Amino acid sequence: MDLALAPETLARWQFGITTVYHFLFVPLTISLAALTAGLQTAWVRTEKEKYLRATKFWGKLFLINIAMGVVTGIVQEFQFGMNWSDYSRFVGDIFGAPLAFEALIAFFFESTFIGLWIFGWDKLPKKIHLACIWMVSLGTVLSAYFILAANSWMQHPVGYRMNEERGRAELTDFWRVLTQDTALTQFFHTITAAFLVGGAFMVGISAFHLARKKHIPVMRSSLRVGLVVMIIAGMGTAISGDMLGKVMFKQQPMKMAAAEALWDGEAPAPFSVFAYGDVDKGHNKVAIEIPGVLSFLANSDFDSFVPGINDVNKAEQEKFGPGDYRPNIPVAYWGFRWMIGFGMASLGIGVLGLWLTRKRFLLPPGLRTGEDEVPHLVLFKKALSPRFAQLYWLVALWTMCFPLLANSWGWIFTEMGRQPWVVYGVLRTRDAVSPNVSQGEVLTSMIGFTALYAVLAVIEVRLLVKYVKAGPPELTEADLNPPARIGGDDQNADRPMAFSY
Amino acid sequence: MQLHDVWFVLIAVLWTGYFFLEGFDFGIGVLTKLLARDRAEKRVLINTIGPVWDGNEVWLLTAGGATFAAFPEWYATLFSGFYLPLLLILVCLIIRGVAFEYRHKRSEDRWQTNWEHAIFWASLIPAFLWGVAFANMVRGVKIDQHMEYVGNLFDLLNVYSLLGGLVTLTLFTFHGAVFASLKTVGDIRDRSRALATRLGVVTAVLALAFLIWTQVSRGDGRSLIAMAVAVIALAAALGCNLAGREGWSFALSGITIAAAVAMLFLTLFPNVMPSSLDDAWSLTVTNASSTPYTLKIMTWCAGVAAPLVMLYQGWTYWVFRKRIGTQHIADAH
Repeated sequence: MDLALAPETLARWQFGITTVYHFLFVPLTISLAALTAGLQTAWVRTEKEKYLRATKFWGKLFLINIAMGVVTGIVQEFQFGMNWSDYSRFVGDIFGAPLAFEALIAFFFESTFIGLWIFGWDKLPKKIHLACIWMVSLGTVLSAYFILAANSWMQHPVGYRMNEERGRAELTDFWRVLTQDTALTQFFHTITAAFLVGGAFMVGISAFHLARKKHIPVMRSSLRVGLVVMIIAGMGTAISGDMLGKVMFKQQPMKMAAAEALWDGEAPAPFSVFAYGDVDKGHNKVAIEIPGVLSFLANSDFDSFVPGINDVNKAEQEKFGPGDYRPNIPVAYWGFRWMIGFGMASLGIGVLGLWLTRKRFLLPPGLRTGEDEVPHLVLFKKALSPRFAQLYWLVALWTMCFPLLANSWGWIFTEMGRQPWVVYGVLRTRDAVSPNVSQGEVLTSMIGFTALYAVLAVIEVRLLVKYVKAGPPELTEADLNPPARIGGDDQNADRPMAFSY
Repeated sequence: MQLHDVWFVLIAVLWTGYFFLEGFDFGIGVLTKLLARDRAEKRVLINTIGPVWDGNEVWLLTAGGATFAAFPEWYATLFSGFYLPLLLILVCLIIRGVAFEYRHKRSEDRWQTNWEHAIFWASLIPAFLWGVAFANMVRGVKIDQHMEYVGNLFDLLNVYSLLGGLVTLTLFTFHGAVFASLKTVGDIRDRSRALATRLGVVTAVLALAFLIWTQVSRGDGRSLIAMAVAVIALAAALGCNLAGREGWSFALSGITIAAAVAMLFLTLFPNVMPSSLDDAWSLTVTNASSTPYTLKIMTWCAGVAAPLVMLYQGWTYWVFRKRIGTQHIADAH
């Protein structure tokens, strides 16, 4: 059979497409839930109307996103059984448990409280309504944790034994699966990266309105919140990324060697900035390198030995028998670089933005702006020209995509870098596919999901643009006076609902 | 009773919860075309399930996740075997979820009409296909000695399973009509009661045929009791509906669903997926299950989380307990 259309290849493409697509919505959902909750908290505490308008505005964009995140998540759970049934048989004893936990503990939480939040504006007292969005936020974070624990087990299987008789892996220590260092660092890295996405999203959209001098009080506050979130999250992502890298050097030396296109081990090992190589022959034709840095990344020591692709391949051949244990090197190499590049770029733009819009008291009196004016961009005690300001707003708008790209490349690197294993060192990807599912069936579902997702992407983006352009809504009497008791008031039984589909 | 038997029961409970809850919201989706006269009435119907449909759907995700964890072989055989029907169900659930959230977000007539079509079809098709899938599971399908499904799509389309599909479709629509009469006020409430009566009669005829067929070919004493409960509850639900006791009628149509699901699982046990090729190749609670250790952890989790879930989901229904009518639907967005 043509390898390009083999069920395994198609199933991998389908998994890649559906996962990367799903993961455009996940980080935005995680971060916007918390940011919306934060803004609503600010409203409940200060009663400033701009915070309520901001809550409604960001909350609406959050809802448009979570709708897509939820429905594309359903596919993720079921395609293990559909396309990867031998994987499911082999690891179900271990992998299924965190999935079930996710559903029981996180999904119910998220989905129930989001209903209460959307429809509860005129049914719940202020503080209970606020608690609902925090519950949603907690649900999204818990959900991320369980799914990352499951994924981490594929990266670094722990707490199990092989049952040769039944031909499967069996759980022996669930606590270890949940708390191994891979799971914890991956969780830290994913959550910080998610907030980088949310921060950049907030900054980009605020910049869009500020550039047009619209909705200034709401967007000024949102811009500052977004910038601070971007910087804290960006630094957190870098720190956790470094931690995760060190864990991976120990657990999956092949992945990190591939990420660096380091063909033969070296001591000290250089960090590769750019390389162009001949994958088949195993050497780089062009390479720009910084000496010693890779050794430091791997072992916190500038002189240590780092094994290369060929070393690891040989070691794995001795351990697991003849075969090629190299992943797709260009994908791993460039995936790693795009992830870091886009992540760092967004952090830099965040830092620049916060510096340019410093707090008013740092500026000389003549340059201070009122609450309802677009802030001047100030480099050093001197306002920059309006043209520069417009340029920064434009850059900030485009920066919205950067963390999303960094996230996507990060996942592509993580998953592709583990190949040919689906469970590292335990189960090969080719042994994980459904043996009884035909090429036609996988092709149907791959084309079906891809086409459906493409159509939904167009619809989603157009809706987002519409609501972004519309800006924060005007407040009504009902918004400002939520009911004092649960269920709303009975004074006017025929009053329209505050929200209806 | 061993842990894998407990989990067999728990998975039956999760499916019961799913069919009870999403059953009525599938029904509401179908009724947007059968019952509503204009857009305002469509919106009343959609808003009766607005705050809860998402939580209802999680029962499916939990049933899926629990099957994966507790009976990996069952999960693998079922979802790889019923590939295309499941694919269609997933596509419908995606479209349906997006439709609820996006329909009201633009005011253009065409936009809203398109999403309303989506809600109707994406509710009707899964309501039918779940019945087809469950009927096939009970009937037994071509499973070989390696626990792999070796049949094709057309093996899944037989008279028994198609009848099963019609039963779930009509039963869910009836359940939805009763729910609509419980949750609405005004003209639409009276019409949904009248429609529930007609739907109930059709459901009763189809369900009786299907349940008797099941009982005769696979039943025992216990399944006969479950069947009797289902039939009596359905009759009583119809009676209460005629008498205008909407709350009772809804509870009883829920009991009908629960008893029917119970009957199907009772005829399965101790199999989880019988093989039609050779009895020895059937998947059972013992050869399809996870280790006792995994089941123990899962039992703890379910023991703590499930009551909490029911508590806060129940609270949601209480918060949104008021009936709604066209006067409660705001015009603009």
